[in-house]
Amino acid sequence: MIEIENVTKIYGEGKSAFRALDDVSVTIKDNEFFTLLGPSGCGKTTLLRTIAGFVDPSSGSIRLGGKDILQSPPYKRPVNTVFQNYALFPHMTVAQNIAFGLEMLGKPKREVKATVEEMLELVRMTPMADRQTGQISGGQQQRVALARALAPRPQVLLLDEPLSALDFKLRKDMQLELKRLQTETGITFVFVTHDQEEALTMSDRIAVMNAGKIRQIGGARDIYDQPAERFVADFIGDTNFLDVEVLEITGDAARVRLAGGAETTARGAAEAGTGMGAATLATRPEHARLVPAGQGVMEGLLSQVVYFGTDTHYHVTLADGAAFTLRQQNTPDMAHAFTQGDRVGIHLAPGVGQLLKD
Amino acid sequence: MSDLSAARRATERRNRWLLLSPALLILIFAAAGPLLIVVVYSFLTPGDYGGVKPDFSWNAWFSVVMERDFFTEELTFADAHLSIFWRSLKLSLMTTVAAFVFGFPTAYFIATRPKRSRDAWMLLIMIPFWTNLLIRTFAIMELIRAEGTVNTLLLWLGIIDAPIQMLFTEFSIMLGMVYVYLPLMVLPIYASMERFDFSLVEAGYDLYATRWKVLSKVIFPLVKPGVIAGSILVFVPCLGAYVTPRVLGGGKNLMLGNLIELQFGQGRNWPLGAALSLTLLAIVMVALLFYVRAAGQDGEKSHG
Repeated sequence: MIEIENVTKIYGEGKSAFRALDDVSVTIKDNEFFTLLGPSGCGKTTLLRTIAGFVDPSSGSIRLGGKDILQSPPYKRPVNTVFQNYALFPHMTVAQNIAFGLEMLGKPKREVKATVEEMLELVRMTPMADRQTGQISGGQQQRVALARALAPRPQVLLLDEPLSALDFKLRKDMQLELKRLQTETGITFVFVTHDQEEALTMSDRIAVMNAGKIRQIGGARDIYDQPAERFVADFIGDTNFLDVEVLEITGDAARVRLAGGAETTARGAAEAGTGMGAATLATRPEHARLVPAGQGVMEGLLSQVVYFGTDTHYHVTLADGAAFTLRQQNTPDMAHAFTQGDRVGIHLAPGVGQLLKD
Repeated sequence: MSDLSAARRATERRNRWLLLSPALLILIFAAAGPLLIVVVYSFLTPGDYGGVKPDFSWNAWFSVVMERDFFTEELTFADAHLSIFWRSLKLSLMTTVAAFVFGFPTAYFIATRPKRSRDAWMLLIMIPFWTNLLIRTFAIMELIRAEGTVNTLLLWLGIIDAPIQMLFTEFSIMLGMVYVYLPLMVLPIYASMERFDFSLVEAGYDLYATRWKVLSKVIFPLVKPGVIAGSILVFVPCLGAYVTPRVLGGGKNLMLGNLIELQFGQGRNWPLGAALSLTLLAIVMVALLFYVRAAGQDGEKSHG
């Protein structure tokens, strides 16, 4: 278990001071695939490097298994890192790279050899054991970097955007591979990425970060379906933001009036802490449905239709000028139902929209 | 068609030779030619007032290592020459090691500075290098002579009672050579360190390597080509150093360069001077061969 408490990291001094981490507290459980997700410069890598020991926080504490690790140098922390550029040692073979950590720990030769073989097997690189690291492909280097970091059996594996240098197909394979490795080894993975899809598909829990702060922590579903605030809703997936008026609140649910005058129900009132009056309603493009004009809760002009194969994106300009995007699966009956320039209606199922604090 | 391409090939070949010719001319007239003269001279008889007489003789080569007693005509090793050979080798090696000891951390320091300030640091290393050799050597002399800066300071601080004799010793020669040739060690090491990926250092720390292990297992193997190049660049000119041992050695501690100069000057034994020069060249060649082999092994390794 990693307990991160009130960690702040300030670079520079005075006016030019920059808070890379702003009072971050989070507890990462054992055997968890935990992802730090956020745009570049949000502090996710700084937090990872603080756990690894390459960054000294200005204040706060980090405990690993109940023990304060901030006083230990990186080479004394039972934590290994998969670096973004892999940082494989170019003067060593694949096997020598994997053996490095074990040798530095002073493990006996026979144990080192056995573990290296086991790791090569685990990442399916056995035939490449004696290759020089410059002679293998990017995906293979990635596997070696993983094996090298896993070989000393760390309590925590830190992964710093390890898939960003791979092409699309390879990235997909590696996502599954990483998940498999995490399950097989039972090691806690802390994964840093700016790719929301990567985060959603692999993680047990996700921490969304922005401007040095953690904005929301939760499972993939929680984060996607119930974003806590506008930044999270905007960063993860596509979201339509509508200005609404809250009419009545019952627990978490609320009755709201849309710009066109129609009423619908939304949730998140309690968490967002909205009172009566003006608020923002977030709706996912796939949660709304395009209907003939007059049948929905909103009306607009279909300004653009973009065909994506499995689904189609419809861009609608609402009566008050706001834009609204819908994503509809291309079932046979949906085909050619609407064309650009049509007047259309938008149907919102009651309770699917999420009220947000701004 | 084939005629045309043949003509083009011929033109290309002529152009290549044309481009090469300035370098070839310099090599023929300034390197190969003089070297040939030196080889020829080493097999001739010394002239009465310097120069050579065109009589073939093995004497010069013989005197490089042996000497005949003036009275008894007994053959012995030329102790004077051998001790100078030994001193040259010893001081050059020690200078190379010292230059490495000081140069490696310096290069590491500069390579780990932010990009903007690196050039400024390099400039500080290079400025002395661009200064006249004599001026630098006399500056060292001023520092370490009996009434020089260092002794005056130590006396004033009360650390010593009488000035330490530093000038005109082997130490002063070494100090001078380290000072003069240090940039030649720093530059190639810095060049390989600049290309060094410092995230490898983090990877080392991350994999439980201590500072010392990271230095010896990760940094050093990867900048080794620079270290070898720097060592050669320092070692070779040290072997033939002339000004530094002359000024800082005070005429007592001769090195090979001084011995050779002596034969062409007061000694009036040009053939011996030529033979000694070729001996020096041979030593340098052996050192370079050693370098090529060490570098070659590295090359083979990295190509699997």
